[in-house]
Amino acid sequence: MGSNDSKEAAREIVVPGELLAISSKRAGPGTYSEGGKIYAAQLGIKSVRPDSISVVPLSGQYMPIRGDLVVGKIIGVGSSNWLVDINSPYPSPLHVNEVPWRVEFGETRKFMSVGDIVLLKIVGVDEIKRVSVSMQDHGLRKLTGGMVVELSPSKVPRVIGKNGSMIQTLKTMTGCRIYVGQNGRIWIDGELDNMVLAVKAIEMIEDEAHNLGLTEKITRFLEQNKVAGV
Amino acid sequence: MAKDVVADLKRDYITRLLAKGMRSDGRQFDEMRPLKVETNYVGSAQGSALVHLGDTTVVVGVKLILGEPFPDTPNTGVLTTNAELIPMASETFESGPPDQTSIEVARVVDRGIREGHAVDLEKLCLEPGKRVWIMFVDVHVLDYDGNLFDAANIGANAAFKTAMVPNKAAGLGEDTPLPVKHQPISITVVKIDGKLLVDPTHDEERVADARLTVATLETGNLCAMQKGLEGAFTLDEVFKVVETSLRIGAEIRSRL
Amino acid sequence: MGGAPTDLKLIDERGLRLDGRRPDEMRPLKIEAGVLNKADGSAFVEWGMNKVMAAVYGPRECHPRHLQNTERALVQCHYNMASFSVEDRKRPGPDRRSHEISKIISEALTHVVFTEYFPRTSIDVYIEVLQANAGTRCAGLTAASVALADAGVPMRDLVASVAAGKVANTIVLDLGKEEDNFGQADIPVGYVPRTDEVVLLQMDGDLTREEFEKGLHMAVGACKKVYEVQRDALKRRYSARAEGQGEGA
Repeated sequence: MGSNDSKEAAREIVVPGELLAISSKRAGPGTYSEGGKIYAAQLGIKSVRPDSISVVPLSGQYMPIRGDLVVGKIIGVGSSNWLVDINSPYPSPLHVNEVPWRVEFGETRKFMSVGDIVLLKIVGVDEIKRVSVSMQDHGLRKLTGGMVVELSPSKVPRVIGKNGSMIQTLKTMTGCRIYVGQNGRIWIDGELDNMVLAVKAIEMIEDEAHNLGLTEKITRFLEQNKVAGV
Repeated sequence: MAKDVVADLKRDYITRLLAKGMRSDGRQFDEMRPLKVETNYVGSAQGSALVHLGDTTVVVGVKLILGEPFPDTPNTGVLTTNAELIPMASETFESGPPDQTSIEVARVVDRGIREGHAVDLEKLCLEPGKRVWIMFVDVHVLDYDGNLFDAANIGANAAFKTAMVPNKAAGLGEDTPLPVKHQPISITVVKIDGKLLVDPTHDEERVADARLTVATLETGNLCAMQKGLEGAFTLDEVFKVVETSLRIGAEIRSRL
Repeated sequence: MGGAPTDLKLIDERGLRLDGRRPDEMRPLKIEAGVLNKADGSAFVEWGMNKVMAAVYGPRECHPRHLQNTERALVQCHYNMASFSVEDRKRPGPDRRSHEISKIISEALTHVVFTEYFPRTSIDVYIEVLQANAGTRCAGLTAASVALADAGVPMRDLVASVAAGKVANTIVLDLGKEEDNFGQADIPVGYVPRTDEVVLLQMDGDLTREEFEKGLHMAVGACKKVYEVQRDALKRRYSARAEGQGEGA
């Protein structure tokens, strides 16, 4: 669902209730169908695919999807789980069975406490949107140090870029470790000056997410402001 | 509560930047954010101002109503200040009756304009002991990113400057300008890790150890002060804040 | 509402109203979307002398918890008038009128929001009237719809709202303050143009059925125009930047 700034000419912005097509195509995300017609459900950019029509929203809450990588914060500790804020209307429990350590009943606080930042995967979302998360996959863990930037989840695809090109550029040119959560939280760690640069670049991406030529602009910005030694 | 989350993490980032002489928005330690003031913003009030101080936005409205003076001050009009920190402005504001924060903002802003004699309250007396103008200063916060004290104070001063006493509607002749006497401008500074920062953002307020608001007059005198939060200032720091407030206060005053 | 002072001509000999409008003419309407930084979505409406701000937070965890609905989101609107928004200063805080308006606007918006996508959450809509000159609930609902869209809340459509009324025995559109105070009837309407649905409707005063029908049609026709202003505000919010010009909101 990422945007292609090399291909799209005019980006058509649509508003809720706007007629997108009279079509038997599938009504994709950000749309709904009624009487054989597909309408926009969100403010966003119209996206026409061979078999579906959808709207890429310009704003909105993070809605958890199974498989997503997220940056969470521990907001509660129970005897056999932790409660995690994943920047969504739905806080999520992280069970002791879903972490890489062996945690005895009641010992949870020894491993993580309120305020800790964690890198997790969404392993399940049920019909009433109860979310379960896990730290058991490769690369998932408690994150120490660094800092977290929050931006609108709808802009995350731009931070990642086509085939990860944007995030690659950010990492290489700032020398920072960067984890991008689908939930609109980005963890950054590195030399302080490089972190400041990375934060600025991400803020630029958020401001201009729907503009064309963004990748070039960011690359140029990082080039001009590169900290020596990177 | 979800949005409170990130500020905790930001504390380390902010303090690390400070150690290198930087603020997260690129400002100098003694620099105010961009300030935009629009007077006569609300026609239903006798005076008003819309203030943008960085990302903080407040509307200050001044309304004058005829009433009785307080028994202990029969010869002066009445000044009363109120602040509404409405949930629209921030996830950290809850609806309901004013909490300690809104009350402190209202009282500090009030103290600045009252002790600074911004308005000549004696000129608002029509019949001693019987009839005076009651002046309501209402601060309405629309968007919150720190430093309501200064945004509201600046808004009040700007609103006073262009306010009119509604004599006509009260059958007392033509409307006259509000009798403005002084312009007490407040400047707020927070202390984080021993560094003094002017005009704090919300993030800076939340990680600050202590806060000091100082209101000064065009004469170079001080008229009101308020120290807040649980940390402390040294005497030198206090004097430094006073000096900064005088200097920046004069700059702001010249722009109103 | 009662009789006007005898020297107040609500409709003059040429059929024009106090401010020179014809009976079917709306006051000037301007809408800006995305004007606040902290809120998830926002909109500012200037309608005649009305100045109304709307802000949306959510969907987010529902507070108070006991109001939570396991199957859908709650749309909770809080309508409030600033103390300085009216001629006679209003004491801060909601009064009974504000509670009622909050309720009917919540209900109007609930009809168009895809609440079933967000069980157990609340979508909080705040409406602040900064300057009032009659028609604030209509301006508020109009602004709230735009703020919801700006926040990315999925909706079937926007809701447009305008009031009709009767003044000096004439059916008129979009009452001004004196018309509201001294007129004979007031009909606020909230409407969804595409589906021709009325989602907010109140009336007070004295009307025959024919007068009411005329008023409702007049309001509905105007709602279609309001709808275009709402859509334009949302498109403008991003299109100026998409063309590489202008700064952020």
